[in-house]
Amino acid sequence: MTKPLPRVRMPATAKPGEVIEVKTLISHEMESGQRKDVSGQPIPRKIIKEFAATFNGQEIMHADWLPGISSNPFQSFYVRVPESGTFVFRWTDDDGTVYASEHKVTVG
Amino acid sequence: MTGGALVAATIPARKAVAAPTDVAAMIAQLTGGKPIADGRVTLDLPAVAENGLSVPLTFAVDSPMSATDHVRAVHIFAEQNPLPHIASYRFSPLSPKAEVSIRIRLAKSQNVVALAEMADGAFYLVKREVSVTVGGCTG
Repeated sequence: MTKPLPRVRMPATAKPGEVIEVKTLISHEMESGQRKDVSGQPIPRKIIKEFAATFNGQEIMHADWLPGISSNPFQSFYVRVPESGTFVFRWTDDDGTVYASEHKVTVG
Repeated sequence: MTGGALVAATIPARKAVAAPTDVAAMIAQLTGGKPIADGRVTLDLPAVAENGLSVPLTFAVDSPMSATDHVRAVHIFAEQNPLPHIASYRFSPLSPKAEVSIRIRLAKSQNVVALAEMADGAFYLVKREVSVTVGGCTG
C-alpha cells in the first residue's frame, strides 16, 4: 500500500468571520475487517478511525469513523475564519499513524 | 417474537447483516432513554444508490451554533450493514454549522439514520430509505 496522502481544498484568504467550505480527501483502502482473502482467512481491519479539524490549536470538529466509511474517504464541511490563522487537519490510522495537513488562511 | 429475541440475545456475534433493532439499541444507549424528536436534522442521500461501496451522504442540523445552543454530536447508522455504526461527529461552538458530506458503504437496500445530540441534551432523529443496486458487501 502506498502511504496515505491527505488532500485539502479550501481558500487561502477570507473575510473576517467568513464561513468557508473545506473539502478533504485521503487515499486509504479503509479495509473493513469484514472481508476474507482467497484462502478464506479474514483480512484484518485497517481503517482511518479518526479525523479532527483545529484552528489555531482549538478543536472545531472531530469525527470517529467506522468501517462503513468508503475507501479514499472524502469529506466536506464548514469552518469559520475569525482571524488569520492555521487550520490543521489530522487523520488517525488504526495503526496509530497520524497524517496531518496544515493550511494558513489570511484574513484581509 | 420471543424466539427471535432469544436468538438475537444468544448469538449476537458475527451476523451477515444487522437488524434495525440493533441500531435502536445503540440509539437507546446514546440517548439514555431520553425522548427523541423529529425535525432539525436532515439527511440527504440518493433514493437509489447504484454502487453500495460509495454512497454520498450529507447531514445538516438546524442550529445557531452558539456557546449555549449548538450541536454536540451527530451519529450515523445503516440499519442493515454488518457493522451498522458508520460515523460519529462531534462539534464545538467554533464550528459554524453542523453540515458534513461523506461517502458511505451500504451492504443492501435499507434505512440510514442520523441522530443529532444538542448542547441542551435534546435528541433529534431522521431516517432515509436507500435502495441499493449493487451492495457494498465490505461495510
